[in-house]
Amino acid sequence: MNRPALKLFVAVVLLFLALPILLIVVVSFSSAAYLTFPPPSFGLRWYRAYVASSEWLAATGLSLSVATAVVILSTSLGTLAALGLARLPGGARAAVAALILSPLIVPGIVVAIGIYYAFSRYGLIGTPIGLVLAHTCLAVPFVVTSVAASLAGFDRRLEQAARSLGATPWGAFRQVTLPLIRSGVLVGALFAFITSFDELIVALFLSGSGAVTLPRQMWDDLRFAIDPTIAAVSTLTIGLTALLLGGAHLLRNRSARA
Amino acid sequence: MDGTQAALPSAAQLPGRGAKISLVDLEKRFEGVGAVRGISLEIGSGEFLTLLGPSGSGKTTTLMMIAGFETPTDGDIAIDGHSVIGLPPHKRNIGMVFQNYALFPHLTVAENIGFPLKQRGVDRATRTRMVADSLAMVRLPGYEARYPRQLSGGQQQRVALARAIVFQPRLLLMDEPLGALDKQLRESLQLEMRRLHADLGITFVYVTHDQEEALTMSDRIAVVNEGRIAQLGRPEELYDRPSSRFVASFIGESNFLSGVVRGMEEGLVVADCSGTTVHALAAEPLLIGTEVTLTTRPERMRFADTAFPLTGRQNRVRATVTEAMFAGERCRYLLRGEDGAAIVLKEPSGAGTRRRAVGEATEIAWSVADTVVV
Amino acid sequence: MSDAAVITDIPLVRTFPVRPFRHTGAVLLVGPLVLFMVVFYALPVLAMLARSVTEPSLSLANFTRLAHDSVFLHVFGTTLRTAVAVTVGTLLLGYPVALAMSRMRPNAAKLVLVIVLLPFWTSILVRSYAWMVLLGRHGLINEALLAAGVLDTPLRLLNTPIAVHVAMIHIMLPYMILPLSSVLRQIDAALPRAAASLGATQWGVFRQVVLPLSMPGVVAGTLLVFVLSLGFYITPALVGGPRDLMLSQLIAQQVDLLNWSYAACLSATLLAATLLLLALCQMVPGVRGAFRLGVR
Repeated sequence: MNRPALKLFVAVVLLFLALPILLIVVVSFSSAAYLTFPPPSFGLRWYRAYVASSEWLAATGLSLSVATAVVILSTSLGTLAALGLARLPGGARAAVAALILSPLIVPGIVVAIGIYYAFSRYGLIGTPIGLVLAHTCLAVPFVVTSVAASLAGFDRRLEQAARSLGATPWGAFRQVTLPLIRSGVLVGALFAFITSFDELIVALFLSGSGAVTLPRQMWDDLRFAIDPTIAAVSTLTIGLTALLLGGAHLLRNRSARA
Repeated sequence: MDGTQAALPSAAQLPGRGAKISLVDLEKRFEGVGAVRGISLEIGSGEFLTLLGPSGSGKTTTLMMIAGFETPTDGDIAIDGHSVIGLPPHKRNIGMVFQNYALFPHLTVAENIGFPLKQRGVDRATRTRMVADSLAMVRLPGYEARYPRQLSGGQQQRVALARAIVFQPRLLLMDEPLGALDKQLRESLQLEMRRLHADLGITFVYVTHDQEEALTMSDRIAVVNEGRIAQLGRPEELYDRPSSRFVASFIGESNFLSGVVRGMEEGLVVADCSGTTVHALAAEPLLIGTEVTLTTRPERMRFADTAFPLTGRQNRVRATVTEAMFAGERCRYLLRGEDGAAIVLKEPSGAGTRRRAVGEATEIAWSVADTVVV
Repeated sequence: MSDAAVITDIPLVRTFPVRPFRHTGAVLLVGPLVLFMVVFYALPVLAMLARSVTEPSLSLANFTRLAHDSVFLHVFGTTLRTAVAVTVGTLLLGYPVALAMSRMRPNAAKLVLVIVLLPFWTSILVRSYAWMVLLGRHGLINEALLAAGVLDTPLRLLNTPIAVHVAMIHIMLPYMILPLSSVLRQIDAALPRAAASLGATQWGVFRQVVLPLSMPGVVAGTLLVFVLSLGFYITPALVGGPRDLMLSQLIAQQVDLLNWSYAACLSATLLAATLLLLALCQMVPGVRGAFRLGVR
């Protein structure tokens, strides 16, 4: 394939990738009462509709608080585990890593119905706690890989040096190790947030009627009535995700320079 | 094979096994910055020419333009009298050895060497025979089935060489081919490349930043600096008659004395170096009062009282020993002239020499014939 | 210290079982998470899967029955067909992009990477919604084709296999491009040059050098996309037709019908297929690295 043809092909594929998403953003600013393209005029009509809807706001609030709880739980458990993982002997390390990383591989529906089956017996369906517990399992792999990656570049001798200079094990961790892996921890926390905030399949089974998350609300909306409010909500989530990822990118660059 | 007709001929087809190359006012600018700034060079059939220069001097860019990987911004490249500008690399029929060999990791040694033959539509049986022949030529017979990663650095080098000559190109380009090898291996491969050059009779253009390598192997050397040829000549010429301070210091070690021209005498420049009169060879007559730099090699200098006298006319200066280092075959002295200039002197070690002590006042001498104005 | 003390010290050190305690710290660090995941994730999933062999009685009857189950066979066929179509589609669209990226200047390549990652990090729900908007009966594509006079009546695009394929290719493309471009970028730039200097044409350089050297990326990307496609649920549920269920949809449907043993049996099959393919992937030399880079 020669160069101009290759370039054209690549441009078309990139348009294919980007256009549907840009389309949603454009539609969300439409002032029309129904979906038309191009919009007759632009306005914040659908954002106002979103803000005026108690359903949407409740779902957003729930998603934000579940995601926050997931971040706290998965980041603390995941960071400790990543630190311990590096010190485990090979065989045990492989087994533990397989368990921790498996949610990345096991099909979402299998995880969802497995958890649904167990949680229904403990009355966790339709409760935010059930969602937090399940989403934490899905978010942990991102925390562990991110922290492990920052630990891979960490020289264990620094910790030993701190100990030889009189630091207690906890002091060495807090004053030497933690500052050096901090950006890895933060990046992991951001991914954990996005994982929970975007999660749908588990939420479909666990949220019942009492704990409707934002993706679940969007799903219900898409199945029954498509109105452009969902475009506004989508645009907001795209914006939030982009913001968080931009933050993660900056953090990574900073840690790469440090 | 769409391009065999248009491609340059191979060694078997033309009289004189090596290609003649002429570079005419060759220029290459990258985003406005000149990497090569006007190189003109005639390379004879069967010559071993080395482009020698520091990194960033433009020597590799020049080689890449000959190979066809870079397009000159200006100027012309002709091979055997035909301009090759616009001819893609695969139609130039030029052998090339790359810096880190660029052996295809997914192909065996035989497949690597057979690669250019396959492109040229050579049948399998002939390919097998030619691969075996060229492996024999680089002294690696029987290595056909190995993969590049199973070979040592020196063996990879030989395979790269075999691959570049198996299709009988009339020109072989080499880009720092020995750079990744250790000193001993490098020396033995240098000898081997000279032998190969003599056997094949094709033209070699060799790029290196290693002056010793250039001096040992080349018929002629083009010293390249800042995109231009600083000096072109046989190795002895470059070493004994450097034309500039850059060449004098880039090739070998040199002492520099600054002086003022007092006159000309029997074709020699007579210069005053801080009160001492020094005679030197000059390419052209110089005006009285001109400030000049004179250069001479450390190993051409002697202590004036040594048992090995110099022949012919001599220059002499007084100096004090500031440092003495024994380095096996020779002794290396650092001296300070009366004007404060640092001078390096290398004396062969042996029974006839006496170790000088630091602080010893002495006189050093060297032949006028070994003194050059740069 | 006296000799006696030294002598008594040695057996003390020897007899104390040091090894089991050497990793105490590590176990304490890893323990909480492992416990958490076992209780809230691993045991629930395993208990659910176990119902495939324990109900109605302890046997593999549920699995042997699958071989003659026409609903399952139809759904499994649809799932495989979809995964193959999506894999082929992403490979054909993604390879040229990855190739172009590997040849670009760093800044241009970064821009392309952002465009590739944009959908990667947009929720699947939002992307599926975008395709509903595009492909609907009154969606953009139909409206545009009607307005241009190409069509008289709108095409049925949404809720067809084509819609599923297109939307899933859109979602899976980054998973193909990332491992491909990481492998292509690692190819020594001197190799294509060497091939050209040895007489290979542009196409020859690609076919004989670049393509074979990028095979680990092709294998990694293909398996990754294929495996992930097998488990798709949201996109086919939103843009697919009711008659072309994927395996995940069938599982969800059976759970709704409280047909747990059947759902568990299907889940076990889906999981087994996934793990089998991943194990296969690990066996191909050079793929592991590309695979890891692709996921991150």
